[in-house]
This record gives sequence, structure tokens and C-alpha cells, in this order.
Amino acid sequence: MRFLRRFFIRLSNFTAGRRADQRVREEMAEHLALQTEENLRAGMSPAEARRQAALKLGAAQAIREQHNAEQGLPLAENFLFDLRYAFRMLYRSPGFSLIVIATMALGVGATTAIYSVIDATLLHPLPYPNPNEIVRVEANLPGVGAHDVGFSIPELRDLQNSGIFQYVSFCFFGSENVTGSAQPTHIAGATVSPSYFAVLGVEAALGRTFDPHDASPGSNGEVIISDGLWKRAFGADPHILGKSLRLDNDLFHVVGVMPASFRDQGQTREEVNTELWASDGFYGDDASPPMRSTRTGYETIARLQPGLSPEAAQRRLEALVASLKKQYPADYPPQAEWTFHLTPLAETLVGNVRQSLILLFGAVGLVLLISCVNVANLLLARASARGREMAVRQALGAARMRLIRQLLTESLLLFVLGGITGFAVLFCARKFLLQFVPESLPRLNDISISWGVLAFAIVVSVAAGTIFGLAPAWLTSRLNLTATLRQEGRGSSGSRRSSRLRHVLVIGELALSLVLMVAAGLLLRSFWDLFKVQLGFNPTRVMAIETTLPNPNDPNTDIYRTATQESVFLREALRRIRTLPGVEETAVSDRAALPLGHGQIDLRQRPLIREGQDVQSSQPPLIDTSIVSPEYFHVLGMTLLRGRLFADQDLEATPSIAVINQAAARMYWPGKDGKGEDPVGKRVSVRSRTAKPGWTTIVGVIADARTESLADAGIPQMYFDIYQRPAKFLALYLRGQVDPATISAQVRTQVQAVDPEIPVFHAETLDDVLSSSLSVRRFSMEMVALFAGTALLLAGLGIYGTISFLVHEQSREIAIRLALGAQRSNILRMVLRQGLTLAAVGAGVGLVAAFIVSHLMAGLLYGVSPYDLSTFAGVTAVLTAVAIAASYVPALRAMRLDPITTLHAE
Amino acid sequence: MKEKPDVLQGTLALMVLKTLDVLGPQHGYGIARRIEQISGDILALNQGTLYPLLLKLEHEGSIVSQWGASENNRRARFYRLTVTGRKQLQTETRDWKQTAAIIARFFEVKAEDLP
Repeated sequence: MRFLRRFFIRLSNFTAGRRADQRVREEMAEHLALQTEENLRAGMSPAEARRQAALKLGAAQAIREQHNAEQGLPLAENFLFDLRYAFRMLYRSPGFSLIVIATMALGVGATTAIYSVIDATLLHPLPYPNPNEIVRVEANLPGVGAHDVGFSIPELRDLQNSGIFQYVSFCFFGSENVTGSAQPTHIAGATVSPSYFAVLGVEAALGRTFDPHDASPGSNGEVIISDGLWKRAFGADPHILGKSLRLDNDLFHVVGVMPASFRDQGQTREEVNTELWASDGFYGDDASPPMRSTRTGYETIARLQPGLSPEAAQRRLEALVASLKKQYPADYPPQAEWTFHLTPLAETLVGNVRQSLILLFGAVGLVLLISCVNVANLLLARASARGREMAVRQALGAARMRLIRQLLTESLLLFVLGGITGFAVLFCARKFLLQFVPESLPRLNDISISWGVLAFAIVVSVAAGTIFGLAPAWLTSRLNLTATLRQEGRGSSGSRRSSRLRHVLVIGELALSLVLMVAAGLLLRSFWDLFKVQLGFNPTRVMAIETTLPNPNDPNTDIYRTATQESVFLREALRRIRTLPGVEETAVSDRAALPLGHGQIDLRQRPLIREGQDVQSSQPPLIDTSIVSPEYFHVLGMTLLRGRLFADQDLEATPSIAVINQAAARMYWPGKDGKGEDPVGKRVSVRSRTAKPGWTTIVGVIADARTESLADAGIPQMYFDIYQRPAKFLALYLRGQVDPATISAQVRTQVQAVDPEIPVFHAETLDDVLSSSLSVRRFSMEMVALFAGTALLLAGLGIYGTISFLVHEQSREIAIRLALGAQRSNILRMVLRQGLTLAAVGAGVGLVAAFIVSHLMAGLLYGVSPYDLSTFAGVTAVLTAVAIAASYVPALRAMRLDPITTLHAE
Repeated sequence: MKEKPDVLQGTLALMVLKTLDVLGPQHGYGIARRIEQISGDILALNQGTLYPLLLKLEHEGSIVSQWGASENNRRARFYRLTVTGRKQLQTETRDWKQTAAIIARFFEVKAEDLP
């Protein structure tokens, strides 16, 4: 208590600038006068009386200082003095200050920029109450290599009744045709269980969310709309509740409007910006009761019981799986190894981007480290120049700690100013910089330059300033007084130790930049390999446009129910589109066949039953399926290897046929001797909602194409004829010379001339699709390359500065050598050797570190070994070349040294 | 020459408080004189060091000060004990006596007294 009271009084005196100097002077004068009188009374002479009184009082100046220190807060006062002095030093050498501030601004600015991305994607909790309770549940069949196969309705009920979760919900992102207005629009919509909003824990801003206990089968006719859609399509109508709208020809009524701030959970921007949610019981489309073995394949999210950790929930889920397997042995054959897996929702949303972001953060951290090392190097160089100043201060009685504090204040000021500058540049350029962030980055909307980011920038600058300012301050203040003062002009005595430290710093800098360059080189190679990969299909001059046929809940109202009904529309629409100027060829497929598009729009993987090999009750392998029109293979330039493709005579009434790719042939018809047997003519059964029961004959095998993933050439695929199996979510393809700006409108006119209720949207050239599928890779590659370039530049500057300084220090020695007849070329070689030694040691250390780092980033590489010799060799060569170039300029200066002037100047 | 012992850290504050308790309000010189008299010149006191200490005690709230007139009618600063200061003096006196008693007993103990 007493201590606190004293502290606050001192603090208030300090801030108010209240001084007690006058008071202690008066008190001491009075004290002296009284003591002198006393002494006089004791019989001393007046002069002696005054002298004795002064002696008894003690050193007046020291007492006054002590008194003043007690009055205020000396630590804070000294800090202010130091700060003022640091500002003066900053002004006195503006060039030096500018370089240091700019270097730190670069380092801190870049780090802060990446941090703001990581803050939004990895660190920010999801914008829902108690986000840690929300999880994603997946069902896997590791026994047959199937992942995330989805749940059947009885399984969903098992989850709900397990007591592990508060709520469980299916969700299915798709898109809906909103009709009934003047222009059919197409919006991102989701079909969800009634408990969906209860899982997220969000309430509607207007009206209500779905009743989580609503158990009606199928759609219950209720929709909730987003704030954006409410304002855009309904003019923010306050009486919207209960009004109806038509989705895919079904009538729905609006029961709620979500708050403006609400963003849906989801991995893509489209999912996050979902504008309409329809609730559905997910069963009862047809009369059959929900079967345990009929999996829906929808995403499943759930909210855990409060206080239950995901690990504990996972254990309870495993117990549930075990008891279900016992109860229904027919549905869960042991060889399939059916399991549940639970992941926190936040993790699933970030997914594979995490690794790239951590790599970027590591890379930018190295750049920051190199900037700091560079600045520490500059500080050290300046410290030797200030040896005399320090010596004089020490001679005048400054304590070592005091000097360190002052030097530290100076470097902290520079670092913090650099950090603030970096942050300010980032803040001003944030709009510009965000353009470079790929659209596919999850939670892109959440990226902001917030107070947290500012705090990060300041903390990083202060920490860096303390760590990298301390060593130079320590070395500068540690000097031999007499030697320094006597030796002035030939470098201070501390310079040997500090020059050793400077060498270590430059070596570290070179090593770090080598690591970054290796990382960048490997990423560049992977990217290039992916970019140059044999696609197996030809995306040039092909445009894809999406459309969706109405998908009403009551099949009897569907005018495109059968393939024959749909083919009339499709053939007419394609015929009309072909008449458009520039269009040479057209094709249509379901959206699963859209190259490199996300195939989540429909469940793609279907169980493949081979005649004579698999039986219905066993767990058959799963295969990617898509539905295409006969022209699809030609428009995309995919080559037929064996058999035939679809033809015009293949219709709904003719036998069902399919085409597979080579990977499927290899995997599912390996033959007895492993050489492969001809799959053409084999019969398979692939169940799907629109397929008629019975066998499908394989008629052709096409070459593998990277339509699924650029990184993977051999994913088994099976194609069906769209004129035999109808599909709702379609992509139209146009090959030819078309204008991307107007084609969408032209195609829409043609399609709506056939059926005015059908929307046409999302036109994109396949080249664009291809490049956006590479966007995250390209982003991280470009960023790491940028950081590596910066690192190389900084390292070059560092070695240049060090060698220049060495030449300066050794100028007397060089002059003497020259005067004694040394060859100028020898001098050049001597200096270059010093630079090369540094580079060699730096490269050696860096190569070891680079091996470790490249091993860690193996998962991000494609087609290139993490220990790729040419990358390592090339990078080392570049670094050595830069080191030589950076040493060459000071070496030339050393060579041209005039011995007479140099020796005279000493 | 034998040096006079330095005033033990912390005991000076106790002496100041006790002086003010016995003599009532005093100026700096008066306190210094009194300490000197009682300690019988054994304690060497740089009398000036009293002033920073007085300021510290004032900040801690043990004493208060105000300007007044000294015996020879000059302006002097007078220090007075506060209620807090008196309480502090009591606790510190008790603590001090305890410590002193323990130390004294230690000195009395002889080797043969130990079990």
C-alpha cells in the first residue's frame, strides 16, 4: 500500500513536471545556517564554522540529485532524455536512419501483411457463438478406400440420438433457380436440415430460423433468405415474412431474413455467400422408407454438447460405430471398416491452404530476420564509428548499464519507426494488395488490417529492436577506455570482437537467403511442372457456361424427368447456340464433368458393380462418374484409345452404354496376369437416382486426362451418355472464337428461347478455370519468390557493407602493402577472397538448413524432389555470384587506393 | 583510524519517525541534531541524506510537511507524524524489538548450553 502510494505520487509529480529542487535548496540552506550558528556558539571562527557545517551536511549536489530522484521517476525521466537524444541522433545521420527504417518497414510490413491473412484464416474463430463446439462429421470406408461417403437417414438419426451432439444437420450447397420474377435469377442456395441454424447458433434478424425439431419428410416449403437478397430482390420489404417465391418451380414461403453480418460456413466464396436456405428432411422424395444403406453424401455438421471436447466426442463416436456394426451386420460388412471421423469445423474450412500459409509465414519470417540482421550489422558498423563518443561518456562517469540503455533506446526508436512505417504503407495499400490474394482463399472476406494487426506489428518491431539492438549496444559499451581514447582514428579496440560478430551476422544472412531461394526455386519448379503438364485435354478456345434445369420435389411436375424429355430441350438449345457467330462446336455435360471445377454439386462417386465380380451386398469400389453428350470428348480434345464413343443412335430406349478412361481400365480390369484385359464389352451396374436398373455396357476407353486434378493424372472416370441418363446441373461448352463479354447474354437468349424459365450463368473460359485452379499455388510461389528476391537483395547489401567496412578498416594495411610493392591484382584477390569466404560459409550453413526446410515442405511440391540437385546448385551459384558482385565494388576501391594519401591521412 | 558505522539501511527512517513521535513537529536540522545527540556521535550521518528520506516518508504518507518559522525566525520546513506514520512506527518498533531480542539471545548462547 505504502509503496503504491509512493509510486502514484511520484508518477503524478513526473507527469505534471512538479519539481522539488527549490524546496531542498531552501531546506539545506536553512540547515547550514543553523549548523553554522551552532558551530559559532561552540567557539569556532566564522570561516571554520561554515566549513564544518558544510562537511557535516555532505555532498550537496548528490543530495539534491537523490532528492529529485525521489520526487519523480528517474527511470522514466532518463528514458525521455534518451529518447530525445535518440531523435537527435536520428536527424544527425538521416541517410543511416532512412536505410534502417526502410529495411525494417520492409520486414515488418511484409510480415504483418502475411499475418493479417493468417489472422483471418487460421486464427480468427468462426463468427458463430461457441465456435469450438461446431464440428464436421464424416463417414469413411477405409477398407475400400472411400472417404467421406456420407450418411443415410437412419445414421443421421443415430447421430442425433447419440447424446454426443446438441444438433446435427445435413447441408448441401448448390444453386437455385428463382423464378416468377421478370428475369429468372440464379443464386447460391443451400438445402439444409431444419436444425442447421441451431448448429450454427445464429438467429434470424427478421422472422425466425427453422424449427430444429421439425421432422417433416422432404421439403417443408420454408426458406430463409440473406439480408443481401432481401434488399436486392425484395426491396427490403418489411412484410416479406410469409410471402412466397418459386424455386425450381416449387412454391416456398419466406419465414426469416438473416442478419446483414451473417456469413454461411463453407470453403468457397460461393458457399460463404449463400443467399437462400431451404429446409429439408432429406427423405421422402419417393415412397420408399429411408434405408440404412442409402447414403446421401451430404456434408454433415454438428454442434457438440457443451463441455465435450472433440477428442472425447470422437471416442464416443467410435463406441457408437461399434454398437451399430453389431446391430446391423448386413449393412456394415467388416471389410469396409466403416468409421466416423470428427473434425473441428474451423479446420475443415481452411483445409489444404494451412500448409501454404504456414510456408508463407515462415518465408516472410525469414525476410524479417534478414532485415533485422542487416540492421544489426549497420548498427554495429556505426558503433565502431561512435567508439570515441562512448569512451568520452564513460570517462565522464556514465555507467555501462546507462550507456546500454541509451543505445538500446536509439535502436528501439529506429525499429519501431520502421515497423510503424511498414504498417502505414500496408494500411494505405491494402486495397491494392488484396487484388493479389487468390479468390479461392478461404475466408477472404475476413481479411482486415485491424487493431490486432497493428498490435502485432508493434510487438514484432519492439521484440526485434530489443533482440537485435542489444548485441550492438552490449559490444559498443564494452570498451577499453584508455586504448580507445589513445587509438582514436585507427578503429576502436572493440572492433575485433564486433567485426567477428558482423561476420557471423552476414553468414547468417546469406544462409537464410539461401534457404528462401531454395524454397522459392522448388516451388517455382513445381508450379512450372504443373503448368506445363500434359493435360490430356485441350482447354484453348473452349468456354463453359452453366445452367440448371428445374429440379422440383415432386417428380411428377418435372417436365425434364426422362432423358428423352430432356434431350429435346438440349438438342434444340445446342443447335441454337451453334448458330451464334464464332461458335464452331458445342457440347453439354453435367457439372461433374466440368474440368477442374469443384465436383461437389452432386455426389460423384458411385459404387461400381462389375458383372461377375462384385455383388450388391458387398462393398463395391467407388468410381467418379459424369454424364456427357457425345460431342463432349471431341470439344475437349480427349482421345479414344479403344472401342467407340457415344453416337447419335444411342438413346434412352437403346441399351445403356458407358465410356471409361485408361486409369479405370487399369484399376478395375487388371486381368488375371496383371497385363490388363480389354474392358470393352464388359457390363457394369452403377446405381444412381436417374439410372434405370440393369447393366450398362462399356463401349470405349479414352486416354487419361487431368480433368479432376492437375496434380493427378490417373483418377478412374466413367462417363455416361446424357441422352440416356438425364442430369439437372449442366455445363454447356462452346469451342470457337467467341467474345467472353457478350457470349453469356447471347447464350441466355438462345436457351430462354427454348424455355424462358431456365437461367444461364457463370461463363468462364477453360483457360481461366485452369489458371484459377492454380491460383493458391501461384500466389504462394509468387510470394515466396518475392521474399527470396528481397532476401537476396538484403544479403547482397549486407555483404557489400561488411566488405566495404573491412576495406576501410584495413586501408592502412593495404596502403603499406602497396607501398612495399604489392601487386594491385593481389589486393583485389585478397579482398574478394574475404567476400568469398563469407559466401562459402554462409552457403554451407544455408544448404544444411535448406535440406531441412525442403524436407518439411515436400507436401507442397509437385514433380520435383525436395532435394532437387539442380535447384540447390543453381541457387548456390546465384548466391555466390551476388556475393562476388557485392564484394567487387569495395575490392576495386581497395585496389585503387592511393598509398600516399592514405598513410598521410592517418 | 576507525570508521564510524554507517546508519543501517532502513533504521534511519525508524529513527526519524521516533524523533518526530517524541519531539513533535520538527525541521530537518532538528531531527538531524536529535539523532546525533542520542546516538552519541557514534553514528556518522551525512546529515543531507535525511532530506531525500523525508521526502520518501512523505510520499509514503507517514509524515506531512509545511513551511513554518524556525527559532531564529527563518523560513523552515516542519515535519509532523501522521496517523499512518504513528501506526507504522508502532509496528516497526515491535518488529525491531523482536529482531533485537532474537539476536541478543543468539549472542548469549555458549557452546556448552547447546544440547
